[in-house]
Amino acid sequence: MTRKLLVGPFNRVEGDLEIQLTVEDGRVSAARANSPLFRGFEMMLQGKPPSDALTLTPRICGICSVSQSKAAALALGDALGAWMLPQGALAAAILHGVENLCDHLTHFALFFMPDFARPVYAGRGWHDRAVSRFTATRGAALRPIVEARAQLFHIVGLLGGKWPHTLAIQPTGVTRAPDARDRIRIQTTLRAARRVIERELFGAAAEPFAALQTVAALESWPGGDAALFNEISADLRLDTLGVGPRRYLSCGAYPLDSGRVTASGVWENGAVSAFDPAAVQEDLSHAWMLGDAAHPAQGATVPDEDMAGPAYSWCKAPRLAGRTVEVGALARQAVDGHPLAVALASEGSVRARIGGRLLEVARLLTWLDRWAAALEPSARFMGDAPATADGAGAGLVEAARGTLGHWLRIERGVIASYQIVAPTTWNFSPRDAGGVPGPVEAALVGCPVGDAESTPVAVQHVVRSFDPCMVCTVH
Amino acid sequence: MNVLWLQSAGCGGCTMSLLCAEAPNVFDTLGDGGVSFLWHPSFSEATGAEVLALLGALESGEIPLDALCFEGSVATGPRGSGRYHMLAGSGRAMLDWVRALAPRARHVVAVGTCAAYGGVTAAGGNPTGAMGLQWDGRQKGGVLEGGFVSRAGLPVINVAGCPTHPGWVTETLLMLADGTLGAQDLDGYGRPRFYADHLVHHGCSKNEYYEYKASARALCEIGCMMEHLGCVGTQAVGDCNTRPWNGQGSCTSGNYPCIACTAPEFEEPGHAFTQTPTIAGIPVGLPSDMPKAWFMALASLSKAATPKRIDVNAHSDRVRIAPAPRGQR
Repeated sequence: MTRKLLVGPFNRVEGDLEIQLTVEDGRVSAARANSPLFRGFEMMLQGKPPSDALTLTPRICGICSVSQSKAAALALGDALGAWMLPQGALAAAILHGVENLCDHLTHFALFFMPDFARPVYAGRGWHDRAVSRFTATRGAALRPIVEARAQLFHIVGLLGGKWPHTLAIQPTGVTRAPDARDRIRIQTTLRAARRVIERELFGAAAEPFAALQTVAALESWPGGDAALFNEISADLRLDTLGVGPRRYLSCGAYPLDSGRVTASGVWENGAVSAFDPAAVQEDLSHAWMLGDAAHPAQGATVPDEDMAGPAYSWCKAPRLAGRTVEVGALARQAVDGHPLAVALASEGSVRARIGGRLLEVARLLTWLDRWAAALEPSARFMGDAPATADGAGAGLVEAARGTLGHWLRIERGVIASYQIVAPTTWNFSPRDAGGVPGPVEAALVGCPVGDAESTPVAVQHVVRSFDPCMVCTVH
Repeated sequence: MNVLWLQSAGCGGCTMSLLCAEAPNVFDTLGDGGVSFLWHPSFSEATGAEVLALLGALESGEIPLDALCFEGSVATGPRGSGRYHMLAGSGRAMLDWVRALAPRARHVVAVGTCAAYGGVTAAGGNPTGAMGLQWDGRQKGGVLEGGFVSRAGLPVINVAGCPTHPGWVTETLLMLADGTLGAQDLDGYGRPRFYADHLVHHGCSKNEYYEYKASARALCEIGCMMEHLGCVGTQAVGDCNTRPWNGQGSCTSGNYPCIACTAPEFEEPGHAFTQTPTIAGIPVGLPSDMPKAWFMALASLSKAATPKRIDVNAHSDRVRIAPAPRGQR
């Protein structure tokens, strides 16, 4: 028996999302992901002074605002021949790391876990605990995590004025030079957040979690909500659900003076090859966009007002050397060669994505501690602003959800072209000219659907395991 | 008071900011004050068909709606169809939904400058025809009529800001639930006066530099940003420097200019955001309620009287010369 389902509004993701499903004999046989909102940031930026990108692009996204800001700063710097002073890059990494850490916390406690408190799971051995910990807006885990997140953002308040939509990150560093007292405050806030995260999420220190080497060791992790997730995952076989392309991209996170903190590359079948940004192309065959497939440096954004078929989404379809790739915390950690992430990358499942994110939370706590300690209050944090000149540049960063790229061209002192490829553009892309579905579309195939289900819960697990940010996707 | 929260052509940042509410956290701040969510896109359990059923029941009046909170602008394009945002799963444009639901609500709250006036989504030629609920920039009349009043008799309450401060949103909702926010509590652009009666300039940590017009010339210098760097904190409404952001922050304390994000059309200042336009060397956009000649006279006097400490510090990235204590000068 074949039936069609239209799932939406799909909440507990950032922005609006619609998924069309074809279900045959109780399993998804085809899925189409529609990003239903178009705003046109790339069009808005044309003709603007280049520095306006630093004010406007963070406002693409309220959850990855610092990521957008940093990509814009790097792209401008690349175009103008400027770069961040070492301590400026360090402060920018702290701002960015705090946002990424907070996004992972938000995803786990607010977006992903509440689905296991649904009545459909009543009677499972873990359900009472899932209800008590993660019932939407009421669960016991939500409050401490939301409070820890709010306090972590004090670091952005201190260093960057506010969150979201700081203008502190500039091509040559950050606007505010932290003093010795700021450094101590940042460290104090980090210690307080660590206490909550370790108590709630890991039930132990973060370091042993960050040091996990194998899937078996992850599965026997005894404490915190990580253990509850393991129990749920084992019962529902989340290790076999929602398998992605198992081809992962990361451009390397947190550019510092000494290089990027995590490696850049493309992971496939256990091997990492170099990431060549020139091999990125955005296919428009199934997007409501006019024009031909192009590299973002040559691309354009011209919406098809008729919304003609066969297109079914405002999202373009980025491909790397013609192929789909998955991006995100799992990709970042696997490309970086972390043994647990590498093992999970081969699995490529819902569980693997959550495991990759938890692993990154643990590693980020250590990195943030290290970066805060390395702040030198006597140093300069921002160099002279570069003179505006014509040129072209790219800025690549790792947002919480994966690789984010900005490509811009400056002509006669104003922005002539600005193109953005966001993490969820990769993960939630529609089909390409060859009919190849995007990563989430492919991951949904085979997903079980109950006869009475109109909004299948397993589909929700798969979609939310990617932590999609739909406002970034189309921008 | 029950709340339906919808998001459309914006970034979701006002919700993300709301989640930064503290003392107590957002769920307790609102819940303890009698504010409950029928549905919120970021933290409610219901999804898909469950939400469509709820929206249908609200539209028909089967479930009474106390407050409609709307975040993001409303895209009216292409060609007036609103199809730049079809609410997922519903086959209907958000433009259509908001026009159907707003008359059902006792209160309509525009959360953020996009929902209030169009905001950043309306920047750069406004490719999607983005508008606010009751305003299109500074013009009254958005996707709802200029004379719209909700069932409680109030216009759309514009909690403008990009993003909004969590306190602005929670306090507006708590006052509505408490029955203590009336028409007289809104300013001429529909903003709650409890934060719109203040200026960002009030309590700005750069006030001493402002007094002497000791001006920063680059974003890493700590002097006043009005003269060269586009800061309009002397005209922008908001209590940002007396009720800080994310602990202790504000734009100006982050050392970048206030861009009046609580104002309609802030997204199109007509010049680079971080550059003050000048006419014959005089910055345009001086404090709006001060005679220009007086301002210029006072500014030239105070500039001439600038102590070395303030002059040097204004052009440094941190305090280079400390104020000398009495007896050590």
